[in-house]
Amino acid sequence: MFQKLFFYASPQSFYPLAGRLWPLFALAGTALTAWGMWLGMFVAPTDFQQGEGYRIIFVHVPASWMSMVIYLAMAFWALLGLTFNTRLSGMMCRALAPTGAIFAFLSLWTGALWGKPMWGAWWVWDARLTSELILFFLYLGYIALTSAIDDARRADKAGGILALVGALNVPIIYFSVKWWNTLHQGASVSMTKGSSMAQTMLEAMLIMGMAFWLYAIAMALYRVRSIILVRERHVQWVADLPEVQAMRAHALEAQS
Amino acid sequence: MIWNSAADFWAMGGYGLYVWGSMGMTFGLMALEMLWVKQARAQALKQVALEIEAAQTPAKEWHS
Amino acid sequence: MSAFLAIVKRDLTLALRRKNEVITAVFFFVVVAALFPLGIGPELNTLRLVAPGILWVGALLASMLSLGRMFAADHADGTLEQMALSPNSLSVLVAAKILAHWLLSGLPLVLLAPLLGLQFDLSTNALWILTLSLLLGTPLLSLIGAIGAALTLGVRGGDVLLSLLVLPLYVPALVFGAGAVEAEISGLGASAHLSILAAMGLVAAVFSPWASAASLRIALES
Repeated sequence: MFQKLFFYASPQSFYPLAGRLWPLFALAGTALTAWGMWLGMFVAPTDFQQGEGYRIIFVHVPASWMSMVIYLAMAFWALLGLTFNTRLSGMMCRALAPTGAIFAFLSLWTGALWGKPMWGAWWVWDARLTSELILFFLYLGYIALTSAIDDARRADKAGGILALVGALNVPIIYFSVKWWNTLHQGASVSMTKGSSMAQTMLEAMLIMGMAFWLYAIAMALYRVRSIILVRERHVQWVADLPEVQAMRAHALEAQS
Repeated sequence: MIWNSAADFWAMGGYGLYVWGSMGMTFGLMALEMLWVKQARAQALKQVALEIEAAQTPAKEWHS
Repeated sequence: MSAFLAIVKRDLTLALRRKNEVITAVFFFVVVAALFPLGIGPELNTLRLVAPGILWVGALLASMLSLGRMFAADHADGTLEQMALSPNSLSVLVAAKILAHWLLSGLPLVLLAPLLGLQFDLSTNALWILTLSLLLGTPLLSLIGAIGAALTLGVRGGDVLLSLLVLPLYVPALVFGAGAVEAEISGLGASAHLSILAAMGLVAAVFSPWASAASLRIALES
């Protein structure tokens, strides 16, 4: 079984595998999104305390979850890449970052839109939102660092260390922000505690969480293929790819 | 069905701006990301194709 | 041990020849501490409230300004490569550089802090806790900053990038450092905050030289 795994550790074997897999994840993700949104917007009842405004959780909570899960996935690939010095691990880490950053941003955006009607302010220094903001900065830092370094392998490794240091720090950051928050803020603003969630609400939220996860995997697999193409462009198997040859013919036509 | 009318659905009990602002940004950004990765792939293919052409063209001219 | 001390001594000697670098961090701290009251207003009650946060952020930014210089000069003239090739453990040599950095950029802030705290009408106890929190916190900042400095060595736009990378990691130090002073002011006692700060510092002292050395090797091999 490990033979199989090591087989796919080479970009050349992973490229077609990712090509076959991403449509499956995309399809499953779309199906779950439709189901989750239908449950959330048309079946789940009105919340007693928050009225219809609570429905934002069906995208806010999944986005927050994903921003954290993706960062953990990045840390995993970073660890793998730094330990085994595999090229593909670095590429997967880089492929995940933009999706993670987008989810972190969405968590903040939807969090603000939820906060305004519920607590009266666009931004509250709630422990979770503040930690999410810092996670967003961690993503931006990773993307900035890997973009700024020209040498691809150095960028991968430096980014890997940054991702690992960040991942180790996230619990510390969260704990310190929680500490900071409880000491400063009087009324505790809790998003899901207090009002017990109806079954359908929880169900819809979990389904949307799964949906976003499948979407993230689909995005990462699609994106890593582009990264592989550029990184491995000097290797013969890339030149032999039908899509590359088609593009070459296209480019030739454009020139003549 | 929990909505009495389409108008009720869009209004979201007065929270329409917030709910649809959230949904809109979420699915809008995700759609944008899909376009973005497609474009990245097109650019990658183009870059790779042009480089391979450039690497092989001198050889062609030599033989013609 | 002798290699460690030799590097500390060398870095201090080199930096003191170009005194303006030490002065920059100190000056920045002083200016920030003076600018905020000008921006906020002279009402002492308000200033006393915001003092812990402002002074800590000022110290944090001042310390961050000088991070870029930790490895840059040695990288430019090839000394860093020599250090990596030497039989001494790179982590030990990096630890020495971090200590030197703290002595030059952190310790002056610790010594200045009580003076600047007076501008905000902090009580004697609060001033003492402020100094102690910075004494425990600034080494932590140097340790964490070293990893960022090593990662961005020789990279375009390095300084700004360094700030972006390092600021999220600085948050726990800031929370517990400034929080210690606030706890002292509000009568709750700062011992918990200071203990956590010390603990974070110890953990960083163990891990950061190693992580920074690994980052330096990555930067050097390309």
